Amino acid sequence: MKKHLLSIDDVTVDDIHALFETAAEMHDVQRRDVKKLPALRGKTVINLFFEDSTRTRSSFEIAGKWLSADVINLSAKGSSTSKGESLRDTVLTVTAMGIDGLVMRHSASGAAQQVAGWLRQESSTIPVINAGDGTHEHPTQALLDAYTLTRRLGSLEGRHIAIVGDLTHSRVFRSGVKCLTKLGAEVTVVAPPTLMPSGITAWSKDAGFATSYDVDAVLPTADAVMMLRVQKERMSGGYFPTAREYTVGYGLTRSRLGLLKEGTPILHPGPMNRGLEIAPEAADAASSAVLDQVSAGVAIRMSVLYHLLAGPSAAATTGE
Amino acid sequence: MSDKTLIKGARILGAEAADILVENGVITAVGAGAGADSTGAVVVEAAGLIALPGFVDLHTHLRQPGREDAETILSGSQAAAVGGYTAVLAMANTNPVTDTAEAAERVLDLGVAAGYVDVQPVGAVTKGLEGHELAELGLMARSRAAVRVFSDDGKCVHDARVMRRALEYVKAFGGVVSQHAQDPSLAPYGSACCHEGEISGQLGLPGWPGIAEEVIVARDVMLARHTGSRVHIAHVSTAGSVEVVRWAKSQGIDVTCEVTPHHLILTTDELLGYDPTYKVNPPLRPAEDVQALRAALADGTIDAVATDHAPHAKHDKDHAFVDAAFGMLGLETALSVVVTTMVETGLLDWAGVARVLSVNPARIAGLDGHGLEIAVGAPANLTLVDPSAKVTVDRDASVSLSRNNPWHGRELTGAVHATFLRGKATVMEGKLV
Amino acid sequence: MPTHDQVPEGSAPVESTDPGRIVLDSQDVTRALTRIAHEILERNKSAEDLVLLGLPTRGVPLAKRIAEKILAVEGTSVPVGELDVTMYRDDLKSHPTRSPHKTVVPAGGIDGKTVVLVDDVLYSGRTIRAALDALSDLGRPAVVRLAVLVDRGHRELPIRADHVGKNLPSARTERVSVRLAETDGPDCADEVRIATSIEGGRGA
Repeated sequence: MKKHLLSIDDVTVDDIHALFETAAEMHDVQRRDVKKLPALRGKTVINLFFEDSTRTRSSFEIAGKWLSADVINLSAKGSSTSKGESLRDTVLTVTAMGIDGLVMRHSASGAAQQVAGWLRQESSTIPVINAGDGTHEHPTQALLDAYTLTRRLGSLEGRHIAIVGDLTHSRVFRSGVKCLTKLGAEVTVVAPPTLMPSGITAWSKDAGFATSYDVDAVLPTADAVMMLRVQKERMSGGYFPTAREYTVGYGLTRSRLGLLKEGTPILHPGPMNRGLEIAPEAADAASSAVLDQVSAGVAIRMSVLYHLLAGPSAAATTGE
Repeated sequence: MSDKTLIKGARILGAEAADILVENGVITAVGAGAGADSTGAVVVEAAGLIALPGFVDLHTHLRQPGREDAETILSGSQAAAVGGYTAVLAMANTNPVTDTAEAAERVLDLGVAAGYVDVQPVGAVTKGLEGHELAELGLMARSRAAVRVFSDDGKCVHDARVMRRALEYVKAFGGVVSQHAQDPSLAPYGSACCHEGEISGQLGLPGWPGIAEEVIVARDVMLARHTGSRVHIAHVSTAGSVEVVRWAKSQGIDVTCEVTPHHLILTTDELLGYDPTYKVNPPLRPAEDVQALRAALADGTIDAVATDHAPHAKHDKDHAFVDAAFGMLGLETALSVVVTTMVETGLLDWAGVARVLSVNPARIAGLDGHGLEIAVGAPANLTLVDPSAKVTVDRDASVSLSRNNPWHGRELTGAVHATFLRGKATVMEGKLV
Repeated sequence: MPTHDQVPEGSAPVESTDPGRIVLDSQDVTRALTRIAHEILERNKSAEDLVLLGLPTRGVPLAKRIAEKILAVEGTSVPVGELDVTMYRDDLKSHPTRSPHKTVVPAGGIDGKTVVLVDDVLYSGRTIRAALDALSDLGRPAVVRLAVLVDRGHRELPIRADHVGKNLPSARTERVSVRLAETDGPDCADEVRIATSIEGGRGA
């Protein structure tokens, strides 16, 4: 496995399987009375969040703590960066405290990759885990989604998975489609044309997934559906006229549930806009995997932390 | 220093070797026998070197006043000289903005004091670059600085009414508006940070499409036709803009345009590393645009190469890509990029290089003493170029105060050997004198 | 760090130029396990409240075989589980990270039970130390005992086995490898081999 987890591009299919294997064991640990494992005892992990995210931050925090790491949450939002300190200075200051791992969330695409680059320039061996960078990637979310689906469906080879929603602004989509296609799934992404990322018709071909504007045509053959959060502020950007129109066109409504095959897992990274992109009947359906995703999130993050932090420091291993 | 210099054996515009005798800043003899009476002259051995008229940059950001930590008129003038320039146009987006006669004269005076190149201020089109009210264009034109080029560069004069009035107004004193063509409603300031296309879509970077430039170029050539004025399009960066300009010229519309060195090589592929060094406005475009720009520079649709030299302090680039400052260095490497992209590929000969780096920009800016034929009686603004030197760019060797150099580590062909400003050597053997 | 008390997990024993010599063949292994099964019963008075926990990889099939032998002798089915110690090892920092194996606690749990840990080779004792830690996170057995197929000496911690298939004096430079049909392929005869080793054999 590479030293950092910045993008799904950083993990091979074998890495993903190893991460899933470990996550399965971690999942079992969640059911024990004593949930702590000593694997990261004495290690310090910083959750450096430049953007609010209670869920992801707590998930990483629990994951780190159950592995016995000392986890420190640092909210950089509204602190030094707004006073004009450069991102590079902020990160180098934090890493100079002698930490063993950096979990980082930033509203800017590419921020984690830039940080990894600066750390390399400083000959630092601290692994960086991207907990979401702008509208670029969110690799642990993609891993936990794929893991959740694997537990529901078995191998994803040849399975048809629909991803529906605001693709332009979604890091969940960008990581997810990479991860799922790596695992052999056939992915169709669905969005109104205004929420399709630029150039997607060209690059989706190279990346090996399909695009569609018609959710009703895609759902009947789907083996799983991932709904993406739609932010209401997109309306002011002119991406779609009203929430009502979005729901009718692209929401997983009660009537659309009938298009799905029996028991098709429904995923949503949360937080859900009930009534906008997902109807309560879908969110709470027996086939909904939303809560599974949350518990899988802790297991996957334990697995990632374990694989990137437990071994010898990256300087001594191969690969970068 | 003697006021007599003999440049021996230089190939003027790439022609046969000849001597150039310079006395008191003026060329007094050119040709095989020019060196006959070289008594008391400083002799510059120029065998194998190409002699070109000194370069003129239509588009330089010198950062003074306001950001003297990034560049000063002195350091920027030095960088220009190293790049073979004898004149630069200093953009108006300083702090305070060059939107008054006094501000323009101050830039002029600091340029004279520096003494490496002629620093000709560009005046703002609108007060404070805010796009609403015209700046004192006429007073700047009447000032000692004799401003002729006006630009809100960094921002687009996006209001068609304001642009129309500016184009009309500057006709009275032979001025020209240099437009930063970028429709802000298609390219929101503050978030868009790169070319919107396949790569930005994959990287999740908010970008703006080429069309944001092209709609303004199209509008402005029509405004120029309507007003009968002259318009200059700064840093064209797309095939579409080139098409519009080509059409406009065919219609007899008085339009000129420039391209930056970086848009002649660098593409959106550079975005993949999220390195803010490559964050620039207009953004790097796909390879198809680069090819169209080279072709347009070769066929004369694009008149000039202008650097858009935009120095930034390191801490203004050490941010997340979307938060980092726009711009890259360009003065010291422009010639090498032009040789690599245009001469090595056979698209331009040396006369063509002189045209795009000196003759046309001097004509567009109305600088009488620059961009002239290397002939008896002309001011000795000259650049000697080693046409085959291989240069590996080292950002730390730059005389600019900034290090946002996209060429670092790249090998380019062609190097400036010497620069003469009115006969005085400012650069010799690639080093400042 | 000489903590090589087992062969690389999940992989066949390292090929070395020295094939070594067989110290226990298939019959010897069977005999040793039979004896261990008897000893466990004798020590515990019965199969009552017994739980066997195998340490992956090769401790697991060994535990299952011992349970089968107990069933044959006593007619009682002893619960068998698996106890992975990967996350508890004290040498995590010095080896490439491995995915942990399964931990399977039998339905009846371990609280109040007599837990017999089963492993193939006892060497430094560090694996067993880790196993005791892992065990305490899972519950509170009444008694914990240790059964190993081979004890090759060189302990680094105050740990000893209660039931030993064979005491095998060895040099630290030697390598002891165990092959079992369940873990090393159906065509593989059970055997314990000793060979001169490449330095730091584990993970080689």
